[in-house]
Amino acid sequence: MLKGVDLDASPGEVVHVAGPNGTGKTTLLRVLAGLLPAEGGEVYWRGRSIRRDRDEYNAELAYLGHENALKGDLTAFENLHYGVGVRRDLSGTEIESTLDHLGILRCRDLPARVLSAGQRRRLAMSRILLLGATLWILDEPFTNLDVAGVGLFSTLIGDHAAAGGMALLAAHQGLDIPGIQPRLAELD
Amino acid sequence: MWKWFHMLASPPHFYRIAGLTIPWFGWPALVLILVGLYGGLVLAPADYQQGDGFRIFYVHVPSAIMSMMVYGIMATAAAIGLIWRMKLAHAVAAASAPIGAWFTFCALATGSLWGKPMWGTWWEWDARLTSELILLFLYLGYIALRSSIEDPQRADRASAVLALVGVINLPIIHYSVVWWNSLHQGSTMFNPGAMSIEMKWPALSMLFGFMLYYGAVLFVRLRAEVIRRERNAAWLRQELAL
Amino acid sequence: MQTTGLLKAGGLLYSRDLRLAFRRWEQVTQPVVFFLMVTTLFPLALSPEQAQLRQVAAGVVWVAALLSALLALEFMFRSDYEDGTLEQLVLSGQPLWWLALVKAFAHWTVSGLPLVVTSPLVAASLAVPTGAMMTVVASLLLGTGILSFLGAVGAGLTLGVRRGSVLLSLLVLPLTMPALIFGARAVDMAIMGDEPAGPLYLLGALFILSLTLGPFATSAALKVSME
Repeated sequence: MLKGVDLDASPGEVVHVAGPNGTGKTTLLRVLAGLLPAEGGEVYWRGRSIRRDRDEYNAELAYLGHENALKGDLTAFENLHYGVGVRRDLSGTEIESTLDHLGILRCRDLPARVLSAGQRRRLAMSRILLLGATLWILDEPFTNLDVAGVGLFSTLIGDHAAAGGMALLAAHQGLDIPGIQPRLAELD
Repeated sequence: MWKWFHMLASPPHFYRIAGLTIPWFGWPALVLILVGLYGGLVLAPADYQQGDGFRIFYVHVPSAIMSMMVYGIMATAAAIGLIWRMKLAHAVAAASAPIGAWFTFCALATGSLWGKPMWGTWWEWDARLTSELILLFLYLGYIALRSSIEDPQRADRASAVLALVGVINLPIIHYSVVWWNSLHQGSTMFNPGAMSIEMKWPALSMLFGFMLYYGAVLFVRLRAEVIRRERNAAWLRQELAL
Repeated sequence: MQTTGLLKAGGLLYSRDLRLAFRRWEQVTQPVVFFLMVTTLFPLALSPEQAQLRQVAAGVVWVAALLSALLALEFMFRSDYEDGTLEQLVLSGQPLWWLALVKAFAHWTVSGLPLVVTSPLVAASLAVPTGAMMTVVASLLLGTGILSFLGAVGAGLTLGVRRGSVLLSLLVLPLTMPALIFGARAVDMAIMGDEPAGPLYLLGALFILSLTLGPFATSAALKVSME
């Protein structure tokens, strides 16, 4: 499906993967996240193939897919408690402050099933923040968000890059990330 | 060695080599099977207990041996495909399954035919026949899994995992069935007893004939698979003079 | 930042799955109800006579338990697969075979264990003598465990497949036949008043085998299905 794609990112950088529907943005991100094997070619992280150092790579990666990876029957708090907890130790106050930051603290004890689509996207983004990873791979992060939400996510991505992190994101609209000019990688 | 390996794995080369090989398997298979049949049905003396009924062994035993051998080949090819990500190995596994299933079916059908005069019933829960029946289920599960996954690569890898789980289970199934059978009835084992040499050689001829037949059909199926996967490739259009 | 240890990650995943199961209570009870109903069919179809029931009891209990456990099998990874949680688990940095083992164990807790607990009730209704109850429970404890760890492979392979549930039974049933043979035999021997240790040990060996090899095959299956 994808051919002749060459992509790299360095700390402090935001890469915007763009292109019309069906050009393989999701496929590319899934290959980069190591969820899909590349038929030809390799993905390298810190100079080493991710197929070899899978665990090290995973520990520094936060991936947000099309699906929010939320359990409808668990509350917002529980979703983060379990979802992030299998990866790193975290306290309840950390979860609460992140929920507050994303503007969904009042949904703390509501099951994810009753949240609106935009709130669910915010909850999924809370997980990305809490994972504390260096590399963010975000597939259409702005789906279902209101204007304020798009602004908030853009700020978060900008802050992450400013702190030395990097982000790869697929989005079909233009990006407006405060303080940073995203590098465009156009697929066709 | 590796160069040769890669050449074999490239579809155009494989397609041509397989085409050349088929007659080298097919004709000897036909000759061996005809000789085996003549030897088994005409030349071999009748069994002193079972009379002419025992002659179905000449089809039954080679089929039963092939049914297990093909599963072994299938699992080996699947393992090679999983470990070295070799498409050709996956194709061998996929092409072997229906052939193996037919051998299993033949072994079951001939076993059942033999059972009618011997046990007086079309189906006896004999240990070997029961194992063959479960083997048929394993083949059918494998084929069903392959056919219900659309993406060919995912189908390859998923069915390979199943084939490996199956091959580990096969001896367990076999011995548990033998154990079960020995508890519930004495030994009504499908046992040909001592065979004299003129009774034995037709069976061997049949077995080698079946093996070559498997090789021939395998290559025909692999060529068909190559055509299916490479249907848009330029070399194929030239080859088929389209 | 402190990464989560193996045991703690497993504990979290286990308690998450249990909590989810209890919030969907009806899913937990369905296999048990099915188990009770299927075993009710046999006295109706055969005869209510105690001696006759006792003769077929071992087979009936085992086949019914196997089918009931099979019923729940397809849900082992289904919802995690559909909502993207499985991807996150694969990327969690925890070994996938370990997560597969924990999930299979959690699944057994909510679908296999209830069958084991209700089995004496079912066995009693089929005229199984009290002396054989321990064997019924022990054999099903091992048997449902085998089905969960072995069935996890099939559940992983059939994720996202058309008519997955029928296919799943087709794949898993032939593999569970040895367990059925030993399990039903052990119960039968206990009903006859014999010592059932032999087949129970063999069943235990099968359990160890599926516990040790199953999770690795399951993790391979899950990786294939995620692609």
